[in-house]
Amino acid sequence: MSASTLKIALVGNPNCGKTALFNQLTGGRQKVANYAGVTVERKEGRFTAPSGRVLQLLDLPGTYSFEANSPDEQITRDVCAGNYPGETPPDLIVCVADATNLRLHLRFVLEVKRLGRPVVLALNMMDTARQRGIVIDVPQLQERLGLPVVETIAVKRGGARALIERVDGEVPAAAPVQADDAASRADLHAQVRELLAATVTMPRATAVIDDALDRWTLHSVFGLMILAVVMFLVFQAVYSIGKPMTDLIGDGFGWMGAQAAALMPAGPLQSLVTDGLFGGIGTVLGFLPEILVLFLFIIVLEESGYLPRAAFLLDRLMLSVGLTGRSFIPLLSSFACAIPGIMGTRSIQDPRDRLATILIAPLMTCSARLPVYALLIGAFIPTRRVFGVFNLQGVVLFALYLAGILGAMAVGWVMKHIRRDKSEHALLMELPSYRLPKVRDVAIGLYERGAIFMKRLTGVILGLTILMWFISTFPSPPEGATGAAIEYSFAGYIGRALHYVFAPIGFNWQISLALIPAFAARETAVAALATVYLVGGEASGLGQALAGQISLASALSLLVWFAYAPQCMSTLAVIRRETDSWRNVAISFGYMFVLAYAASFVVYQVASALA
Amino acid sequence: MRLSELPKGSPAVVDRVDDAHASDPIAQRLRDLGFVDGEPLRVVAIGPMGGDPLLIQIGSTRFALRRAEAARVSVRVEVAA
Ligand SMILES: Nc1nc2c(ncn2[C@@H]2O[C@H](COP(=O)(O)OP(=O)(O)O)[C@@H](O)[C@H]2O)c(=O)[nH]1
Ligand SMILES: [Mg+2]
Repeated sequence: MSASTLKIALVGNPNCGKTALFNQLTGGRQKVANYAGVTVERKEGRFTAPSGRVLQLLDLPGTYSFEANSPDEQITRDVCAGNYPGETPPDLIVCVADATNLRLHLRFVLEVKRLGRPVVLALNMMDTARQRGIVIDVPQLQERLGLPVVETIAVKRGGARALIERVDGEVPAAAPVQADDAASRADLHAQVRELLAATVTMPRATAVIDDALDRWTLHSVFGLMILAVVMFLVFQAVYSIGKPMTDLIGDGFGWMGAQAAALMPAGPLQSLVTDGLFGGIGTVLGFLPEILVLFLFIIVLEESGYLPRAAFLLDRLMLSVGLTGRSFIPLLSSFACAIPGIMGTRSIQDPRDRLATILIAPLMTCSARLPVYALLIGAFIPTRRVFGVFNLQGVVLFALYLAGILGAMAVGWVMKHIRRDKSEHALLMELPSYRLPKVRDVAIGLYERGAIFMKRLTGVILGLTILMWFISTFPSPPEGATGAAIEYSFAGYIGRALHYVFAPIGFNWQISLALIPAFAARETAVAALATVYLVGGEASGLGQALAGQISLASALSLLVWFAYAPQCMSTLAVIRRETDSWRNVAISFGYMFVLAYAASFVVYQVASALA
Repeated sequence: MRLSELPKGSPAVVDRVDDAHASDPIAQRLRDLGFVDGEPLRVVAIGPMGGDPLLIQIGSTRFALRRAEAARVSVRVEVAA
């Protein structure tokens, strides 16, 4: 069978619909890996053509030009040219072009053709092209290009039929290889003009709807207002839709734990099953609704073409703190969870801008901080009205979000001034046409991001919950002991040792201890505090216990610590993976530790002095 | 005239892209994206903060360019015939 496998590489400018075409052909089934040593995604899938031949499909990163400006583009060039080490050269290159924007896309088609390999051109988005009255003389284009040309609609069922038939047929002959020099590059534009003049008629260069929408969304005043409203609605939806589901899941698992407990004799094993197993899984799954709701909105906004507009509006602000407008989308994802946010920085092709974004992404207030914030705010901040309208608790929560964002801006600004590479890095961002998001693409995107989150967290949180249970249960207290059992356990010793480090910022040994599981996953700090203070999982009971045991200054200090601290191993692990460097992990951990410690120290000392 | 000085909405035509320094990758990329002699363009939007970045309509594409990037493109305003 492998003898008849045909390897096909999909290339094209960004936004030509490659990924949609890939999903259409493979049904979304794919194997995602990285190219060795770099963090450029390698996406492979297969499908069986009507003839029974297996076609292996490679989705290459979107590329404007083989004069590569980024690692993505270098890889695309090398894979297409057949000289990427460890990758067999493709048997056929399918070059995808947006039929509504051939002036830009055809130039790259010509560049691909010059490689001298078999190429098929897929004119995608033919549905939109027809709607806009664009007429393309395909036979003529095929003739002049000397390549087979097929029409596709990547987002319509059966919209890739012509392409499948073509690639299932005989592999077309390759054009002769052509040299790549400055003069011939300039000549490509002239060729494109000729081709367009001879084969394409376009009533209007742009879509009417794009012009109309952009007038509002990019307006200096209304644009920013629309952005603020959109962001407000997104976060509102996350809490009003996600939160009840989260609570439901937490309660559901609590109930299952209780049922299981009833079947088991009391003892350490019972607490492992109820608190460790069911509690742990419940906590992890509990985040899923909020995260999925946030991602749903992000994906819809992204697919609709709005997010690049937001990036345009915010570029100047981002640039002033050493980032780029492109950082906006991954940073927004980081409000759900830094892990998919950091993985989302792959859309930033410039390595320096990408690293800067990765380093500050964990400062965005992710959903895992919320249970801790909720506990402490509920226990220490009175429900007073301020200025007659705002609830003081809400104000404090808002201040914590703001602290994360301002902290990130400050860190970005410092990084910008101390990094060695101070050269100009371009924005050069294409704003795509507005589109109605397709249910299937949204579903696939949501599934992909949800799966990343689940895979990374389930194992870690479960393992850590069990470990935490173990160190706080053993060794058992000696005969006739008077204190809480945990004081005699390993956890008690570790907590007291850590206490030396954290006493200056107002943490007692119990809190110091809870920071250990929090390093695995922030939200487990709540469960750990419940364990050490010997109260059940009820948040209200724990809140009362805490309020009786620690001062307001300590509580504020702890809130600030959670806003900035280097937490969650999974985030550090993903930084390691995405940057392929332990050094970046160390930098990330180090700066956040110093930032959190310093901020908590100031807050604790000031609050203590004022109290 | 530089593209960065072109008022919003007035149509112009690309003259050439100048390298800001030797072997300037940004200038090369602009050329690859179609900023070549004779190509008509227009500034369609200006960023809300400090007038940066600019949104340029060239052909059927809209590119966001920072002012420093747009300054590499020299344009001429052709009197409508
Ligand atoms: N109307 C229409 N939209 C399409 C078509 N192909 C892709 N799209 C949309 O174009 C956008 C960009 O497509 P995507 O596959 O992400 O492009 P890529 O950057 O080349 O991977 C998505 O919103 C797609 O849903 C098509 O044939 N017709
Ligand atoms: Mg894609």
